Amino acid sequence: MSDPLLNVRDLRVTFETDEGVVRAVDGVDFEVRAGETVCLVGESGSGKTVACESITGLIPDSTATIDGEVVFDGTDLTDCSASTLESHRGGRIGHVFQNPQDALDPVYTVGQQVVEAIRIHRDVSKTAAREEAVALLDRVGIGEAEVRFDDYPHQFSGGMKQRAVVAMALAPDPDLLIADEPTTALDVTIQRQVLTLLADLQEERGMAMLFVTHDLGVVAEVGDRVVVTYAGEVMESAGVPALFDDPAHPYTRALLACLPGRGDPFETIGGSMPDPTDPPDGCRFHPRCPHAVADCERGDHPAFRSPAPVTEDGPDAGPDRDGAVEPDHAVACVLYDEDHALPAALEVADD
Amino acid sequence: MTEPPLLEVRDLEKHYPVRSGLLRRVTGHVEAVDGVSFDVCEGETVGLVGESGCGKSTTATTLLGLEEPTGGEVRFDGETVADLAAGERDRFRRRAQIVFQDPNSAFDPRLTVGESVAEPLAIHGLADAERRREIVVDALERVGLSETDADRYPREFSGGQKQRIALARALVLDPDLLVVDEPVSALDVSVQAEILSLLDDLQAELGLAMVLVSHDLGVVRQVCDRVCVMYLGEVVERGPTEALFDDPRHPYTEALLSAIPEPDPTARDDAVELTGDVPDPSNPPTGCSFHPRCHRVIAPEAFDLERGAFRSVLDLRLAVEDGDVAAEDFDGPAAVREAFGVPDRLGDDDAERVLGAAVEAVAGGRLDEAADRLAAFESVCEHEDPVLEPADEAEGVDGNHPAACLRVGESVESASSATE
Repeated sequence: MSDPLLNVRDLRVTFETDEGVVRAVDGVDFEVRAGETVCLVGESGSGKTVACESITGLIPDSTATIDGEVVFDGTDLTDCSASTLESHRGGRIGHVFQNPQDALDPVYTVGQQVVEAIRIHRDVSKTAAREEAVALLDRVGIGEAEVRFDDYPHQFSGGMKQRAVVAMALAPDPDLLIADEPTTALDVTIQRQVLTLLADLQEERGMAMLFVTHDLGVVAEVGDRVVVTYAGEVMESAGVPALFDDPAHPYTRALLACLPGRGDPFETIGGSMPDPTDPPDGCRFHPRCPHAVADCERGDHPAFRSPAPVTEDGPDAGPDRDGAVEPDHAVACVLYDEDHALPAALEVADD
Repeated sequence: MTEPPLLEVRDLEKHYPVRSGLLRRVTGHVEAVDGVSFDVCEGETVGLVGESGCGKSTTATTLLGLEEPTGGEVRFDGETVADLAAGERDRFRRRAQIVFQDPNSAFDPRLTVGESVAEPLAIHGLADAERRREIVVDALERVGLSETDADRYPREFSGGQKQRIALARALVLDPDLLVVDEPVSALDVSVQAEILSLLDDLQAELGLAMVLVSHDLGVVRQVCDRVCVMYLGEVVERGPTEALFDDPRHPYTEALLSAIPEPDPTARDDAVELTGDVPDPSNPPTGCSFHPRCHRVIAPEAFDLERGAFRSVLDLRLAVEDGDVAAEDFDGPAAVREAFGVPDRLGDDDAERVLGAAVEAVAGGRLDEAADRLAAFESVCEHEDPVLEPADEAEGVDGNHPAACLRVGESVESASSATE
């Protein structure tokens, strides 16, 4: 397999605060291959937004310490000149943020802002940029784009604003689009429209997408692969079908169970996120984990393992997965090591 | 049901005047809520669902008297709220409480949590500070917080905790009716689950009547006993939660249900997607207000058309009538069909002849002629406004699950054959 488009290795982001050092992202690895959609999933405070903002250096060095490698198409973005970084940010890597209200400047027309996004990265004339901007607005589904070009953001509905933000992100024809909770602020029906739009655009342009969300339902709609994060660490990563067929980590299972109206009624995770300045030892999820054993409270973050049955003599040890195990399904949970015949116990407990 | 409902909402209307010109004359009205009726009994949760702009929050604030209704009636415990004398009105305000959407803006940052939660008690005349404190601590404990939290400030709490505090504040007056307006839409899914489960516990414990406003049918399904689906200020479908989810009768409900992202990657492509936004409520469409977005819009009887095909033809017709198309955008008739998703050939020969000529006219720039020809494709949904049967008549009939759709009036067979 060729090198991934984006390869994040051992990313660590820490903030100095009055309460102590916050380890927002603590040794996260993931990769995005050309043309695929990878979803980063987790609750607020899991570090998913900080992780994707540090890819293009949106978190200033003055407030945070960033370690690790972020290799994009052969260039390490944590260790390159400011101008290289700038040409990537908003150029080859586009961003769409959660709240379209905040992403648009209220004193410029929507059209001007799309034109600006085009002209920052490419040397084109104003008239050519205008034409291109109208075409982009039209492509993202803004009716009468020629007329709406001169509207101010407040004249757009929430869904239209997010479409305009997508148009701006697409202007320089990026290879990777980072979408950080792009639909969380929208109604379900408009969310559906924006998800369909993103999927269509991605197919059309062969663009890769890093999609951040807290909703596993959305992951099932858009993702190819998924990385589940908790308290700054990766808990599980897998292909989307494998993850939904066979969620291995207790945290992933809990997230699936608590989807309102779609999981188990009134299933909650219980407890709350650990103090980011003083995370628990061992697996950070252990204080909230219904299956925690003594080993979970010791040492470092558990090593990644395949959730496949670990012993040959334990055919019932795992959920039925017809022998076929997604090769890159990895879970950081001690219950899957040689000493624990967990999955059986876990299955029983869940039933 | 022998006991009368605690809350009865009848034909509730809230129209806002639109003023324009130098003299600020009233030139029109936004019909934010236009004839909404429903009942809520003790211990029951009724959900109001719909997209932004459908009037569900206005319904909630109007029924509480936070805004004066411009028409209709709200009866609480048998009495008409609008006719209450000042003292009785205070009593109503104590017995009916509301929790708003965004817990981050619901508190005065300079007051401690205890002071904020105690405020309603002081307003309603409990002068004894010690007694107030007791009640506050009890309310905080009831929502899963502790006594020490009373002396902290709102900023020290997470969003989910703040929503718990907002609930505590609504509960200190021991209300009978609780209106919760999008209680979880600002929260993470895992925190949503906690708040919803708390709401359910509180309701069971206190026997509250509850009105829950949400755009998320998943949330509604979890906590509501009955649901009213709203679109452009009107209730378009009403029914018991499970009946509504199992058998949505209004196409709008069907589309809302289908928009919920299911955690099942194999079910990706079968969604009904609503095109466009909610129309401008100051200028609502004629007939059924949902017809411009409806995927089940009824084809004219003269033609025998597939459902999807008629939707695309209607889109073309509406665009031509609104002057949204120009010949230079299209490279020949085929391009016109492609742009609107109209099939290359309609199944019905008569329809195909009319459409073919119209498409030629569009591509040739003769828009007036195109509009004339396309006028043949007129749907009954455009001029006939379906009505929702009144609540009392529907009681017991048809599982008390009415929908304001012309299809529902038709025989059930034709509706189900359209689903195929």
